[in-house]
Amino acid sequence: MASLSSPLRICRGILREIRAIKGPEYKQSLAYNYVLDQFRKNQITGERYCRAQEEALHASHSYLCLLTSTRQHIALYDMYHGKGQRDTEEMAGIVGLRLPTQPGGKGWEK
Amino acid sequence: MLRNLVRFHNCLGHAFSPPTVCPRGQMFKLLSVKSYSTITERKKFYEDVSISHGEGGMFEINLDRRKLKTPGGKLFTAPNEALAIAVANEWDTQKDILKFYSMHMTTLCNTALDNPTFRSKDQMITAALKYLETDTICYRVEEPPSLVELQNNEWDPVLNWIEDRYNVVIGSSTSILGPEIPQATMDTFRQHLGSYNFWSLTGLEYVITQLKSVVLAFALIDKHITVEQAVLLSRLEEEFQIGHWGNVEWAHDVDLYELRSRTAAGALFVHFSSESSTVKRKLMQD
Repeated sequence: MASLSSPLRICRGILREIRAIKGPEYKQSLAYNYVLDQFRKNQITGERYCRAQEEALHASHSYLCLLTSTRQHIALYDMYHGKGQRDTEEMAGIVGLRLPTQPGGKGWEK
Repeated sequence: MLRNLVRFHNCLGHAFSPPTVCPRGQMFKLLSVKSYSTITERKKFYEDVSISHGEGGMFEINLDRRKLKTPGGKLFTAPNEALAIAVANEWDTQKDILKFYSMHMTTLCNTALDNPTFRSKDQMITAALKYLETDTICYRVEEPPSLVELQNNEWDPVLNWIEDRYNVVIGSSTSILGPEIPQATMDTFRQHLGSYNFWSLTGLEYVITQLKSVVLAFALIDKHITVEQAVLLSRLEEEFQIGHWGNVEWAHDVDLYELRSRTAAGALFVHFSSESSTVKRKLMQD
């Protein structure tokens, strides 16, 4: 199947996502240091075709996909997902009514 | 009346225990004493997330000073650093309100740790292989011709790849019953799945369930295709219809991103659970 994109692009993508999540102090986050560490470690290899490098590349691509798709999903969810119903007291309050109180409890309540 | 008060106090007491989170994100509102459960959100109650070494080389997640626990009450432990960091990052991503539906790695770890339905490896393998009989890749349509062509172009290469790689016969079919999977194929796959440990198997079964296809799941886990490609192939007919009739953002895109994030989480989970990394230093030859 089609080849993966370059490590540099994936690394930049992941770091951009982390920055989007954390804000200004993203360089102190756990994920930032770990990701950079992993990319550096896997850079150096004597072999022309290194399986571990391919695997690490695939894993990093998957992680980038996870971060971007989670962010996009949350954005759409917040925009479109139903907010749920208000509880009955609030709803009554909107039209200026109050719920009746029965000090003895309703028939079926213990 | 008194009984209600007692129940109220029990409810409060439970809510203030060290963070136990339910994977599906149901948290009882702190002050509600209704007879039905009110599902509302949980506010973010911590500032920092960090990981620490626990016993036996496992990693634990710390939210401020408290240790993260699974919904079953166990201490949350991850077998390696990569997984721990992925989970910690999920918790770190949350702002103001905790959105448990977006924390897929945490959910997977909780399932693997708690095993709430008490499944054994064999049960999981059987459940996973059941998807092979109704594998998405094997179900072909007969018309419209452009969809038939699309299916052949996109799905046949993956099918050929898996038949080569595992030395099995699967085949595709246009009948309503689907392809006839020979027993030898099932045995080969069963043996292959048996070689994964329990955690990896949890992740793998999750990916199969999400993609609705054993073939695609294997292609993804064996790193033959990327997550985006796997999701695209799984939703091939939907994408075809979208191309024809148009895209509906609040349905198609939501599904797409959710499927992508779940599949990516599953693939990463399997990768982290089954890898072991060592650094071999080569001696420089003079």
